[in-house]
Amino acid sequence: MNLAAQLPVLPVIIPLVAAPITLLLPQGRAPHLWATLISWLTFAVSIALVSMVSDAGVISYHLGDWAPPLGIEYRIDLANALVLALVSGIASVVFAFAYRSVRVEVDPRQSTFFYCAMLICLTGLMGVTITGDAFNVFVFLEISSLSTYALIAMGANRDRRALTASFNYLVMGTIGATFFVIGIGLLYQATGTLNMADLHDRLVGQSNRMVEAGFAFIVVGIGLKLAMFPLHLWLPNAYTYAPSAVSAFIAATATKVAVYVLIRFFYSVFGFDFAFVGHAFTYVLLPLGLAGMFIASLVALFQDDVKRMLAYSSVAQIGYMLLGLSFATVEGLTASLVHVLNHALMKGALFMAVACVVFRTGSHSIQAFAGLAKRMPVTTWAFILSGLSLIGVPLTVGFISKWYLLTAAFAAGHGYAAFLIVASSLIALVYIGRVAEMMLLRDPPSEGPYAIPIKEAPLSMLIPMWVLVAANIYFGVRTEFTGDFAARAAEALMLAAGGAP
Amino acid sequence: MDGWIDFALGRYNYWIAIILMMTGLYIVYERGNLVKKVVGLNLFQTSVFIFYITIGKIAGGTAPIYIGGELEHGESEGEAAGEGALHDAPADHVNTIPEGAAATPDIAAKIDNSGQALHGKITNDFPANDLKAGLESLKSPADTTADASLHTAPDIDAGKIANDALAAVEKPPALALDLSDASLHGPDASNAAANAMGEAAHQVSEVIYSNPLPHVLILTAIVVGVATTAVGLALAVRIREAYGTIEEDELEALDNIAEFGEGAAAGAAS
Repeated sequence: MNLAAQLPVLPVIIPLVAAPITLLLPQGRAPHLWATLISWLTFAVSIALVSMVSDAGVISYHLGDWAPPLGIEYRIDLANALVLALVSGIASVVFAFAYRSVRVEVDPRQSTFFYCAMLICLTGLMGVTITGDAFNVFVFLEISSLSTYALIAMGANRDRRALTASFNYLVMGTIGATFFVIGIGLLYQATGTLNMADLHDRLVGQSNRMVEAGFAFIVVGIGLKLAMFPLHLWLPNAYTYAPSAVSAFIAATATKVAVYVLIRFFYSVFGFDFAFVGHAFTYVLLPLGLAGMFIASLVALFQDDVKRMLAYSSVAQIGYMLLGLSFATVEGLTASLVHVLNHALMKGALFMAVACVVFRTGSHSIQAFAGLAKRMPVTTWAFILSGLSLIGVPLTVGFISKWYLLTAAFAAGHGYAAFLIVASSLIALVYIGRVAEMMLLRDPPSEGPYAIPIKEAPLSMLIPMWVLVAANIYFGVRTEFTGDFAARAAEALMLAAGGAP
Repeated sequence: MDGWIDFALGRYNYWIAIILMMTGLYIVYERGNLVKKVVGLNLFQTSVFIFYITIGKIAGGTAPIYIGGELEHGESEGEAAGEGALHDAPADHVNTIPEGAAATPDIAAKIDNSGQALHGKITNDFPANDLKAGLESLKSPADTTADASLHTAPDIDAGKIANDALAAVEKPPALALDLSDASLHGPDASNAAANAMGEAAHQVSEVIYSNPLPHVLILTAIVVGVATTAVGLALAVRIREAYGTIEEDELEALDNIAEFGEGAAAGAAS
């Protein structure tokens, strides 16, 4: 038994085993260092897997050596290798970033539990991404969600509304997950299998009420988890009141993983033989994606809380991802995958910048940002650069996303969608511009609660934040990694779905 | 109309799951009390457990515990009896006898539970613990003085007999009724049930199991459900500590007061 053969299971096993060990560590620096080390290890394994998949094609790992479809299979292709690298990459940056921020925002007695929950959340997200078994997706989804509820509730140390936000997320998340399980049950009833590849084979030609109902349950269930536009109500409060480091982590990963699951079910499990997929694209995802882009962006415009503004912006950005995949073309799917990746980079960086501001000023109200360019210039520029990326300015990753989306929209004959994408980007310009204006042009407040002398955030926070900002620019200039990789992944998915290549 | 009623009644298990599901969702939506919300959520999840279990159930299937290998490794008495009963059975029927052996004490237990009047008869006249006697009766189906409802004609196909007999196992009240009828004819009657069972088992060509996979899945889902409930209730406790209430509208009012001041909350209420 060599290590390379066991590599596919490690991204799940490493954080899973490390999480309870965290609880045994003494309070203070140790849990943070341990969690960071584990996240880096997971990231290294994920990168190794990406290069393996890129060279050798799909990896299939049989858990406990039970052959699929009976056993649980971990199946890594280009698409989920990309998401694996993304999740573990964001984790390794955010975990490194978290220490100072968590020390002021979370009850110190809870710090070991905090890192334990972060690792469990990472385990769940990696598991959802890596598994090739439909029921396993549910189990990992709930592992990550349950730890997220706990993490959000830890924000109660600063603001008690974190508790109600977490409770509402728990109720909606559980309904979503249960819908998903009902859908899986109906598919199991129709096919007698849970392995995704096997499900796809057996669903070919089946288009009865049961499968259709299962499809609907799965789409709504995952829609709740990924905050698809009208089902996003849990998200703004959860992101706003969670500890800032948690906001940065889940905003960059949790919804992205759910988008990946949706893509996986649309393309790899159901495929285009199943007529409902086309209907769902045309009548559900396309209009809801467009509506989400606009309505959520407009709501973001009027938020006085920067974290809440970014949360609504996240809902809008999910609209872009749904739009991309609803075109049902390779270009559209590529745009979707690229945006999953790029949005994680920009939102991670933005939430980390807000975490720095919270660390110094104790608030994420827009008033706290007044005159920050003079007081925290490094943080200010990190926020502005990743904000430009969110808008889609050239030389940033946001531009690449928008470029792919626009090309895909024209290629798919949805020219009006291209116009709407540009229009909603302008709204993003306004809401990011509001904060930028506050930071750059206003004078620091001379009275009021924010008139306290503050200095730049500590280096332990600045360095990880700037790593993500640099990634925003690096991948914006050199698109051959993300763009080409996503295009190959999209082609493979499209081929499996039986669509036109 | 009849077809419609059959359609509705024949799927009663699904109706139960759906009604529970809707009840749970309604409670989550309608109730302002956070603990009640958690309970509603729990009900909703439980309905899914029932749904999964209903998927796994096969009419006439037994619990998914492998019983095929007992002939070689079973207790010596049961083994001897099994072989005795099987002296002229083809080799591929070997698996069926332990099923009979398992079913015989099973039905005895059901009878045991279903009526005090029969209790003495069964435990004395039909030796539930003595498989040998139970299986001995398999050898001579002609001897039975069984009630007509339980006696099966030899020309009926094996699968149907097995289904009937196992259906009888599933419905202890009906069985008890038949048996109390039968008990009027004398002490032999309780043997009749066992006889019919044994005969059915003798003729069935393979053991039908319920599908074990949904059970396993639901065990996992139950764990997830318990965890969700625990986290939900823990949050409710924390909310009560922080706010002093777990009523949703009061929480909302408190948040509004915190954000906009007393006047805004009063304005919103009026």
